[in-house]
Amino acid sequence: MKTRFDHYDVLVAGGGQAGLIAAIVAAEKGARVCLLEGAPRTHRGGNTRHTRNLRPMHIGPLSVLSGTYDEAEYWDDLMRVTKGKTNETLARMTLRNSTEAVAWLEQRGVQFQPPLGGTLHLGRTNAFFMGGGKQLLNALYRHAEKLGVEVHYDAMVSSVDIADGEFKSLQVGEHTISAKAFVAAAGGFEANIEWLKEAWGDIAENFLIRGTPYNRGDLLRILLDAGAQQIGEPNQCHAVAIDGRAPKFDGGICTRVDCVSLGIVVNKNAERFYDEGEDFWPKRYAIWGRLVADQPDQVAHVIIDQKARGAFMPPVFPPVVANTIGELAEKIGLDPATLEKTVNDYNASVQPGQFDHTELDGVHTNGLAVNKTNWARTLDHPPYSAYSLRPGITFTYLGVEVSEKAQMQMANGTESSNIFAAGEIMAGNVLGQGYLAGIGMTIGNVFGRIAGSEAADYALNR
Amino acid sequence: MRSTDKTTEAARVMTICNACRYCEGHCAVFQAMELRLEFNSDTLDYLANLCHNCGACYHNCQYAPPHEFQLNVPAAMAELRQENYGVYAWPGFMGRLFANNGLWVSLLSVIVITLFFGASAILTGADFFAAHENAFYGVISHNVLATLFGIVGGFVLLALVGSVVKFWRTMNLPSPLMLDYPRVMQGIKDALSLKYLDGGNGQGCSYPGETPSMARRWFHQMTFWGFMLCFAATSSATILHYGFDLPAPYGYLSLPKLFGILGGIGLIVGPAGLLMLKAKADAAPKGKTNKGMDVSFLVLLFLTSFTGLCLMVVRDTHYVGMMLSLHLGVVMTLFLSMPYGKFIHGFYRLIALIVFAVEKNDHKQVVGVCQSKKTI
Ligand SMILES: Cc1cc2nc3c(=O)[nH]c(=O)nc-3n(C[C@H](O)[C@H](O)[C@H](O)COP(=O)(O)OP(=O)(O)OC[C@H]3O[C@@H](n4cnc5c(N)ncnc54)[C@H](O)[C@@H]3O)c2cc1C
Ligand code: SF4
Ligand code: SF4
Repeated sequence: MKTRFDHYDVLVAGGGQAGLIAAIVAAEKGARVCLLEGAPRTHRGGNTRHTRNLRPMHIGPLSVLSGTYDEAEYWDDLMRVTKGKTNETLARMTLRNSTEAVAWLEQRGVQFQPPLGGTLHLGRTNAFFMGGGKQLLNALYRHAEKLGVEVHYDAMVSSVDIADGEFKSLQVGEHTISAKAFVAAAGGFEANIEWLKEAWGDIAENFLIRGTPYNRGDLLRILLDAGAQQIGEPNQCHAVAIDGRAPKFDGGICTRVDCVSLGIVVNKNAERFYDEGEDFWPKRYAIWGRLVADQPDQVAHVIIDQKARGAFMPPVFPPVVANTIGELAEKIGLDPATLEKTVNDYNASVQPGQFDHTELDGVHTNGLAVNKTNWARTLDHPPYSAYSLRPGITFTYLGVEVSEKAQMQMANGTESSNIFAAGEIMAGNVLGQGYLAGIGMTIGNVFGRIAGSEAADYALNR
Repeated sequence: MRSTDKTTEAARVMTICNACRYCEGHCAVFQAMELRLEFNSDTLDYLANLCHNCGACYHNCQYAPPHEFQLNVPAAMAELRQENYGVYAWPGFMGRLFANNGLWVSLLSVIVITLFFGASAILTGADFFAAHENAFYGVISHNVLATLFGIVGGFVLLALVGSVVKFWRTMNLPSPLMLDYPRVMQGIKDALSLKYLDGGNGQGCSYPGETPSMARRWFHQMTFWGFMLCFAATSSATILHYGFDLPAPYGYLSLPKLFGILGGIGLIVGPAGLLMLKAKADAAPKGKTNKGMDVSFLVLLFLTSFTGLCLMVVRDTHYVGMMLSLHLGVVMTLFLSMPYGKFIHGFYRLIALIVFAVEKNDHKQVVGVCQSKKTI
């Protein structure tokens, strides 16, 4: 790799949404900007490539969003998932600044999906990208190039020269590039199994990574080693249960299996371990990754009967199908006698009630060690179908602490003068645990704009 | 139900899309797909004919190559369309002409044009290179022309109707009398406005490259309306001739002339623009089996119009014989290739859009159900 210059006003590491936005804002302010994307062009844009929407606060209808989603409601939603693990100042700032996100992106060529009334359309809280995150990336890359941002692919930042919290230069392989200001937007470390193992132990070997294989956290490690203040726990991440046959990396959205609430879930010992009917799938979606991670060999199986077919999002892989529970158990490698017992016990304890999958119907089981509290229907209509599950890691929350100016905080209590961070690499400041659909991109959007702006101001002595 | 490499690949692709759905806003294919749990060949033929090959869902796909899913919706649909055009051709055995379309259309044009040159040379003898008092009717008489094109036109109509009926049946539409007309109107409106070439948001499609653009929609409209105006020119001339005993040539302010000139310009600019875009377009989303079908059709349209306008200019000179032979040869080739070339896509797309309007309104599948009733 050879850059046009050896010195820039602003260097950005990471070409996902956060980095791109920072680069664009800095370039719009007149800075000479270079963007270093670690992945090849075909994989540019990291996890942003796999996203679908962001969540902007708005009073009254806004562009593609209907109704009102005000700060109080947004804040409540955030509190519910994080259980208070958030920096209130930064979080409230994020919510307030999220309002401009849609217009900002639209003005730079990003297309949103008009409300369709389609199956997945939420419409009020989330703005959906037409065609998904890759469309957003394509538009932003085009815009960045038009502005003269120099973009390099296959440009993994391998080391950074930081003295007393001040950025001097960085290395991409053999090549050294310096800049007046630096924006770190290189994502989390979810694709780094070794690092995940430090937090989770050996079971991390069995995790599937839903996003890019390029988010190995190299830059995060470099910054922490250079004295940045860490935020978040290493084992805090967004983990969902996905189809066990999904690719190791980059499986994205389509590997989700969302029939958990319609059947039962058993582990490799053919035993149930958690209430499948606790809440609606979107709300409970995020907890099943952890639940499966806690099971032996990190596998689980959802089992449904014919009644449930067609009542959930069509999964990407076909189920294993059999006419009896025993046969199904054999096909998926479980002990037939145990699975039959589990199913029989479950069936026997289902209480009568009016099944309604559109609401918490209270149709439950009684007397089991693990009861199902809603949508409990007997499994008795063959053929039976099974989907295997594994933990799928979406993104990690451990990151660097930042200020309201997206300035990186040092462990010694000072702040770095010219290092800024945006996106997944600092998302833990706002999202300490749990997950709220669309908040990842919102954080990247808001902090990308702040980081780009502050970095340019610093570099241009404003 | 058919099971071929193309249907298998299209089913694989649609299964992934149906679990992803990020492209649901782009076009009718994805909204139609969402009603499905599995994909049989009838459903896939329907979806394939809803696809305009605009490329949006390829450039925006998180699973596009080099991702291990190797997802390329437009290519899978284009390849399946090429296959199913053949399947629905009437008479059936003629469907083979879709396999290597560009080649047979080119050969046909060479043969037909040569025949016209030969025939008019024989008919006019030494006068082939002379100007004629009654312009081109001095080369070939109106009655000969009318008979010749009447016979060919009759066959073409029969073949088109035969193919359309086959497709109509597979699409499970009721008899035309039992149709739900508001839905039909919706389908016609979507077809005429090329609704699904707008990218979903009015920003245009990712064609010829990743950047959204309206160019394809504009050029396609010019081609379509150019064709319709030329058709109107011929029809109005026929009416004037037989109904009012007013034979050609017509003055510049007559209906046939006005239609013909406007249409002719549309049919030059449109196909030329589409050919230019096609040459620039990314290769991957086009698919692998097109074999010149689109190009040969566009070239024929372009030449029909171009030679027609030339003929108008030279009709009173001694080039009239040559130009007429060329023009008639091109037009005849266009006619003959209509049921077995890209022309047919308009009908299938229109029918598919009508089905879509029905399915969307009822939230219920029409195509690909009631398999038991079917024998294929
Ligand atoms: C399947 C999936 C679906 C998701 N859906 C949504 C959603 O709908 N809404 C939402 O809000 N969030 C969603 N998320 C989360 C969202 O993807 C992230 O919050 C967001 O993409 C973070 O943006 P970013 O720019 O910080 O990181 P990324 O987009 O991951 O970009 C980081 C970039 O840094 C590059 N990089 C890594 N290391 C280096 C290095 N050393 N040097 C240079 N470059 C480097 C990578 O190649 C990558 O391109 C989803 C995540 C996944 C995995
Ligand atoms: S083309 Fe790709 S992004 Fe679009 S719906 Fe299909 S799988 Fe999803
Ligand atoms: S290529 Fe265009 S028309 Fe075809 S399926 Fe994709 S988005 Fe729809």
